[in-house]
Amino acid sequence: MAVAPEHRKVDLREPPSWRSAKSRIATVLMVVAFVLVIVPLGFVLYTVISKGASIISGQFLTAPIPFNVAPANVGGMGPAVLGTILITALATVLAVPIGILAAIYINEYGGNRLLTRFIRFMADVMTGVPSIIMGLFIFAIWVIHFGYSGLAGAFALGCLMLPLIIRSSEEMLKLVPDALREASYALGASKARVTLTVVLPAALGGIVSGVLLAVARAAGETAPVLFTIFTVTAVNLNVFSGPNTTLAAQIFANASQPYVGAQARGWGAALTLVAIAFILMIAARLVTGRATQSPR
Amino acid sequence: MDQQPHQEVTTEDVPTKHELSELTHHAETEQVGSTVFDTRNISIYYGSFRAVTDVSLSIYENQITAFIGPSGCGKTTVLRTLNRMNDLIPTARVEGDVQYRGESLYAPHVSPVAVRRRIGMVFQKPNPFPKSIYENVAYGPRINGERKKARLDEIVERSLRQAALWDEVKNRLKSSGLSLSGGQAQRLCIARTLAVEPDVVLMDEPCSALDPIATGAIEDLMQEIKSRYTIVIVTHNMQQAARVSDRTAFYSVLRNEQSDVRTGVLVEYDLTERMFQNPRDPRTQAYVTGRMG
Repeated sequence: MAVAPEHRKVDLREPPSWRSAKSRIATVLMVVAFVLVIVPLGFVLYTVISKGASIISGQFLTAPIPFNVAPANVGGMGPAVLGTILITALATVLAVPIGILAAIYINEYGGNRLLTRFIRFMADVMTGVPSIIMGLFIFAIWVIHFGYSGLAGAFALGCLMLPLIIRSSEEMLKLVPDALREASYALGASKARVTLTVVLPAALGGIVSGVLLAVARAAGETAPVLFTIFTVTAVNLNVFSGPNTTLAAQIFANASQPYVGAQARGWGAALTLVAIAFILMIAARLVTGRATQSPR
Repeated sequence: MDQQPHQEVTTEDVPTKHELSELTHHAETEQVGSTVFDTRNISIYYGSFRAVTDVSLSIYENQITAFIGPSGCGKTTVLRTLNRMNDLIPTARVEGDVQYRGESLYAPHVSPVAVRRRIGMVFQKPNPFPKSIYENVAYGPRINGERKKARLDEIVERSLRQAALWDEVKNRLKSSGLSLSGGQAQRLCIARTLAVEPDVVLMDEPCSALDPIATGAIEDLMQEIKSRYTIVIVTHNMQQAARVSDRTAFYSVLRNEQSDVRTGVLVEYDLTERMFQNPRDPRTQAYVTGRMG
């Protein structure tokens, strides 16, 4: 009869070593870095919510901005909410087609041509241009000739969004595996077909989430808006002419007032803006999440 | 599309000296259809690197032709020149003439898109689109302008049946093509290729990512569809070549002693049976018996 031999003793524990110590130190450093990043964000959110929450209501979001800034607890940010939505939407309409087409050119058509490298380089340069310069630029080439308007603001915001959209869309297109392109080519598809029916749908989730992040970024811009829409308090539904207003511009206008009422409205506007950005971020997350999950 | 056989071939064209003695023997044992591909001394370059040199072979209608050989011998490269897939690699270049049913594939007026509509391809890794099973198969007919729902339904069912996948997926045509197992996904890719009713199906190691059962299913499928299509298959698996193909081309690597540049060459091309039982070239002999590569 067979007898199982005695097991030799094996020690599977990790022996203490400099390597495991380094691993532990690195882990601690990463946790510290994470906390350092989270703390300021937490403080910002806490401040904005604690100062702005009390004034926020349905009425605040729709009521007109009081002409006299001094009194407290009157009026709201209706025109600014409307202006932010209209101007940002117009900027999106202007920037998204150009941005996505540029990304398609760079990734699908351009190869390593000079024009490709030029567009990519210019997009990088544009990302680095301070937003106030973008405002001044639109002021000089548009506002001086045609006056303040929501459209001018949309131009400035669109210029800020454009490089973000180009680069994020390019990254998403790059992630589409070549195997899918080849499969489509092998069925006799032309390049345009391959791009429209295979590459773009496969990258769409990522592109949309990049666009939403760019929109969130643009909605919060102040400097370019100050030069181009001439902050007013009245509702202006015509974005193509006449001064307009946005939440960011109202934050700037109200926060620089000495009156408690104005400052409270400024905080309210700040919280509204943060909430809009937050909603867009979550939407971006959901879209990306769906796009990356559905394949499996 | 020129479906008429333009040339009756009873033996391989342009026999070499070795072959002359066996020529009569060939003619007796073989009945072949018209020539689908005819390559004459083609060399394929990537930039200045010559990947394959001097490949001359004829591929016949309704046969399965296998390309075998060690890694880096250029068999996939040759396969991809047959439907101009290599055009997608900017530096790739073909020298010599590739005739497809009497037309020169690389003539300036030839559109690679038109070529690929007739000459489909199945890839090494199953690559279904991130679309539904139905949309994967309907993709080809759609880009060729088929709009009618009823007609598309018919094509999808027929193609999936041909690819022996219909029974497994008929109740979930709407679910993602990416939800299938490896073997099913590869059969979906075959169905997708068959949906455009190509003249030729090129297969680039279609079973290398699959288990033996899935491989068996694909091999059976090839036998079933070969009466309607001409198939060229690249395979690493010699048993597979021996099992499925009518003709086999053995490629090998020629290494330049001084520069260490490796170039693929076509060593021998013949009926599969003869290639495995009675090869003329000692290199083929060594490869098929497992002594090399």
